[in-house]
Amino acid sequence: MGKKFKEKFAFTILALITMCVIIPALFIFSYIIYNGIGTISLEFIFGSPTKGMTEGGIFPAIIGTMSLIVGTIVFALPLGVGTAIYLVEYAKKNVLTKLISLAILNLAGVPSVVYGLFGLGLFVLLLGFGSSILSGSLTLSCLILPIIIKSSEAAIKSVPNIYREASLALGATKWQTIYKIVLPAAMPGIITGAILGIGRAAGETAAILLTVAAFFLPRLPDSIMDQAMVLSYHLYIISSQVPGMPDAIKNGTALVLLGVVGIFFFAATVIRIKYKLANRA
Amino acid sequence: MLKVTISDLNLYYEEFHALKNISLDIEDKEVTALIGPSGCGKSTFLRTINRMNDLIDDVKIEGLVMLEDQDIYNKDVDVAALRRRVGMVFQKPNPFLKSIYENVAYGPRRYGIKAKNQLDEIVERSLKKAAIWEEVEDRLNKPALSLSGGQQQRLCIARALAMEPEVLLMDEPTASLDPIATGRIEELISQLKKDYAIIIVTHSMQQAARISDKTAFFLMGEIVETGKTKEVFTTPKDKRTEDYITGRFG
Ligand SMILES: Nc1ncnc2c1ncn2[C@@H]1O[C@H](COP(=O)(O)OP(=O)(O)OP(=O)(O)O)[C@@H](O)[C@H]1O
Ligand SMILES: [Mg+2]
Repeated sequence: MGKKFKEKFAFTILALITMCVIIPALFIFSYIIYNGIGTISLEFIFGSPTKGMTEGGIFPAIIGTMSLIVGTIVFALPLGVGTAIYLVEYAKKNVLTKLISLAILNLAGVPSVVYGLFGLGLFVLLLGFGSSILSGSLTLSCLILPIIIKSSEAAIKSVPNIYREASLALGATKWQTIYKIVLPAAMPGIITGAILGIGRAAGETAAILLTVAAFFLPRLPDSIMDQAMVLSYHLYIISSQVPGMPDAIKNGTALVLLGVVGIFFFAATVIRIKYKLANRA
Repeated sequence: MLKVTISDLNLYYEEFHALKNISLDIEDKEVTALIGPSGCGKSTFLRTINRMNDLIDDVKIEGLVMLEDQDIYNKDVDVAALRRRVGMVFQKPNPFLKSIYENVAYGPRRYGIKAKNQLDEIVERSLKKAAIWEEVEDRLNKPALSLSGGQQQRLCIARALAMEPEVLLMDEPTASLDPIATGRIEELISQLKKDYAIIIVTHSMQQAARISDKTAFFLMGEIVETGKTKEVFTTPKDKRTEDYITGRFG
């Protein structure tokens, strides 16, 4: 077999595998858009559910999901990036650090219902935050922390040492070097991690079930100490718990969930591009 | 005038004895060249003078490095302040992912200069000293990475000069440059030595001979020979120096 042929062969296989991943995703997307688009109306987006959720809109759930995403990012991003900075820039490279790193990786594999129970025990009961947006955000933060830490760690590590040395050699302190040189250069990678985290948090049901989600609450939450309806959980209920639910509402809700996540992705991507451009400038 | 005095310097990377009993005097307003085969400790030595080796875990340093009358390894020394007095230029041009202007202004900003007109003035003066002002004056806000390799290296020199250091350490500053860019940097070094003490590591014998006043020949972590460049190159006292500079060295 010639080298050329081998290369072609490998390329074809890889292309096929890529297709296998992309085509189902595309199919799901188009399915949801095709079936959900008809349901979308001003009333559906800005209205409250009525008649046992079989009619009306899903605005409370949209607001619930958005508050949770914002809350989760507010807690998880600084904590995760801070941890990553510590692990890469300050911690001695010894067995303990390696163990911590490994433990964080393992946390990413813990089933989300376990995080739910943890959140219930710690935030809802012990700290007395009750079933609330605050408890839910904190629980989701714990859930996505491993993703944020790992991707930030990778991003910070990938900043070449020559930049750190150049900065330190100019008499900058270590913190100035991290803050002014390392973090801006690592920012695109950090934001990619945040995007993954947002996606994970927005789709989560098990972890919020016990910490924030209301089955039916047709008004807007009035503070972060309030319970809230949440799109993902709402979708779960109307698809499995409420008999006689029209398909249109299910598909519409799924599409709105996609849309909400899409808005956050878009915002994150804009910030990411801004940093990318700034890094070239 | 003596600028830097190194006496009985020993450095260990964990168990590895990388610098052995180094003693060297660096004169102000002179160029001192460090030559020697790869791995003999030239960079390690250079980095002891601005304490860049502090960044590496498990380095042990013994001996005395004096910057004028200050023992730079004294525990009261402010390392950041020391590095403002001892600037460094690296082998590979390493401008920050920022604009030309921000690269030069980076150092001054870090020690608190904020006024725009003051920064403007520092940037212009430093770029002029580094002989790159004419090439960049109308594109100061363009990315530093849009410059050629030789321009980037001169920008890095400007960035170091912006701190108004007293000593300039250069670790093979022309290693990644073509002959023309190299020529410009050499010219620049000859200009700069009027104001600074310059220590330069180089693998080019011709370069050492062209631009340096003193030369120190390193071998396996030791200084084998040091003296006026002319003498080291024309009448080396040690057989190993002669072998090295005539290219007979393994
Ligand atoms: N961080 C480090 N940890 C352990 N050993 C090191 C480290 N840096 C350098 N060394 C060792 O110290 C010795 C001197 O290295 P150094 O980089 O100072 O050599 P050099 O003379 O600058 O070589 P070159 O001309 O190739 O740049 C080498 O044997 C090298 O392997
Ligand atoms: Mg070297």
